[in-house]
Amino acid sequence: MPGYSDPGFDTLALHAGAAPDPGSGARAVPIHLSTSFVFESSDHAAALFNLERAGHVYSRISNPTTAVLEQRVAALEGGIGAIATASGQAALHLSIATLMGAGSHIVASTALYGGSQNLLHYTLRRFGIDTSFVKPGDIDGWRAALRPNTRLLFGETVGNPGLDVLDIPTVSAIAHEAGLPLLVDSTLTTPWLMLPLDLGADLVYHSATKFLSGHGTVIAGIVVDGGSFDWERSGKFAELTEPYAGFHNMVFSEESTVGAFLLRARREGLRDFGACLSPHSAWLVLQGIETLPLRMARHMQNTHAVVEFLAAQPFVARVGHPMLLTHPSHALAQRLLPRGAGSVFSFDLKGSREQGKKFVESLRLFSHLANVGDCRSLVIHPASTTHFRMSDEALAQGGISQGTIRLSIGLEDPLDLIDDLRRALKAAEKAA
Amino acid sequence: MYLTVNGHTTFCYTGGKAFDPGRPSVLFIHGVLNDHSVWILQSRYFANHGCNVLAADLPGHCKSAGVPPASVEQAAAFVLGLLDAAGLAQAALVGHSFGSLAVLEAAAQAPQRVTRLALVGTAYPMRVSPALLDGALNRPMQAIDMVNSYSHSMLAPPPSALGPGTWLVGSSRALMRRVLASNSAHNLFHTGFKACDDYRNGETAMDRVSCPTLFLLGRDDQMTLPKSAQTLIERARQGRVVSVPAGHQLMTEAPDATLFALKEFLQG
Repeated sequence: MPGYSDPGFDTLALHAGAAPDPGSGARAVPIHLSTSFVFESSDHAAALFNLERAGHVYSRISNPTTAVLEQRVAALEGGIGAIATASGQAALHLSIATLMGAGSHIVASTALYGGSQNLLHYTLRRFGIDTSFVKPGDIDGWRAALRPNTRLLFGETVGNPGLDVLDIPTVSAIAHEAGLPLLVDSTLTTPWLMLPLDLGADLVYHSATKFLSGHGTVIAGIVVDGGSFDWERSGKFAELTEPYAGFHNMVFSEESTVGAFLLRARREGLRDFGACLSPHSAWLVLQGIETLPLRMARHMQNTHAVVEFLAAQPFVARVGHPMLLTHPSHALAQRLLPRGAGSVFSFDLKGSREQGKKFVESLRLFSHLANVGDCRSLVIHPASTTHFRMSDEALAQGGISQGTIRLSIGLEDPLDLIDDLRRALKAAEKAA
Repeated sequence: MYLTVNGHTTFCYTGGKAFDPGRPSVLFIHGVLNDHSVWILQSRYFANHGCNVLAADLPGHCKSAGVPPASVEQAAAFVLGLLDAAGLAQAALVGHSFGSLAVLEAAAQAPQRVTRLALVGTAYPMRVSPALLDGALNRPMQAIDMVNSYSHSMLAPPPSALGPGTWLVGSSRALMRRVLASNSAHNLFHTGFKACDDYRNGETAMDRVSCPTLFLLGRDDQMTLPKSAQTLIERARQGRVVSVPAGHQLMTEAPDATLFALKEFLQG
């Protein structure tokens, strides 16, 4: 029931976590560019270090500006709290490192951002954490890939770049039957399009670099805990349910019935790995979130127009957006993403690799770069950029061909975007 | 630590310190659909500042076995049983909401065993509307959202139980859902609210209390309005009233102000 303390999404996007600054009266969130914060007394210092009182000590662990961002994203996602990190990849690593160590196993979707795929497939294996990859729609595959040492299921709300929609209710049910949590990357959908925690996910993270900030000026990440997963009942997470010698022998699940993950992630993960977010970067992300509902609505309107245009072009072989009946995730998207499946999608040209290059180079409004979720429209060729480390076989598993073009639709006048695409398509067609 | 209270295993959070019967003791009793973790900050502080802390999960709640108290009197019997189980002749009692009525009744039944009595977010009578009682019984998830919304008063809470970055509305909602799910045999929500609504012995109980009493109230509390504590305040022989800028969940919305008030009352 909405009330003053639990208002609607648009209100939370502006107000959650922030009040006028009591010291200065500043209405906008101040940027607290301070490494550390004074103690009122020795007793206050000891109480902060021993979690007897809550407050800020050192900005690697927490910061007042960053805390506003954390509260705001947690509020928008329907979570219990959040931890902001230096990047989306740092949020993913923090989540994994909090839950497991060497000898553990992850089951992950094949349709992942290239950096995430690389972390799981190569880097974490070096640290003794193995990952099995499953096509997001292969429900039996998720179940079959589970092992006794599995500690996490992981996927993207809409897989990069094919936009395979993750069936979160079903995959989370498989996870929970096995006493395991489901972590999802919700970067491309944002809480405006989908609330993964409401659908059954346990942890959600974002590359806040993308739509949450929206202005393409900042690298940031954030992980949100839904507080729904019962670590004690699972019995598989000694990291959270047994005394931790690294922090006063604290049993995190005794300290907080619903917040054990966040307690350990901040007290160990941020402290030891140190991938904290700068308060200035947190402030930049907050500026974006204030207009997130307005921007996402426009992103989706423009995407609708561009997808319809591309789908009608004879030189386009395939448009991979779930709003189209031909997309394999169309029905699932209708159910889980009624406001739309995001404004990042791919399409294939009928042409050679050289024609694909000509298309990208002929665009004027679309910027050719390695990012998505900007207010400006973007374009990239995944096989030669974001996914270049992947083998052809791995690329194919992720639904990417050599000629796939990925677009991130921005907030420009949609007629101008269509005009730009029409001109580039003609140029590519002539390049045959 | 686990104690056997009235024949049932009972979880008591001790604030990260081992139980030491030689120290003064403080018992913390939570309210409806809460558990020991709502006291995390205050209980850790007292445990590290010279006190034994026992922040219990009520019977049938989360880590504690047994039948959930269906009346304030049954909850009071649990509180006194907890003192017995811990081997404590005396202790200070701190209770929140339904827990405040439980410790009030316990202090009335055994005034010689209670050194201080802190009633946090209290009211008497603690009426619950028929609609909310019905919601707790038949539509508990909706009722949780309603109670949760009324229990909080701010969109920018200070660093709290999980540290900075805690979203209290969300964490409180998750806790209520978890506590409700912890007992499939009894509806802890309806049982607790009905016990609050049914309690009729508040005035008599307050008359029997012989120790100093703190009324620690949330200035913006919409669940137990501060004025609804007036009946008890007027009857308290050694009463003290402290109002903090918070709603009903003042332990998490105003953790420092709540701690300071308790510290001055219990150790001042």
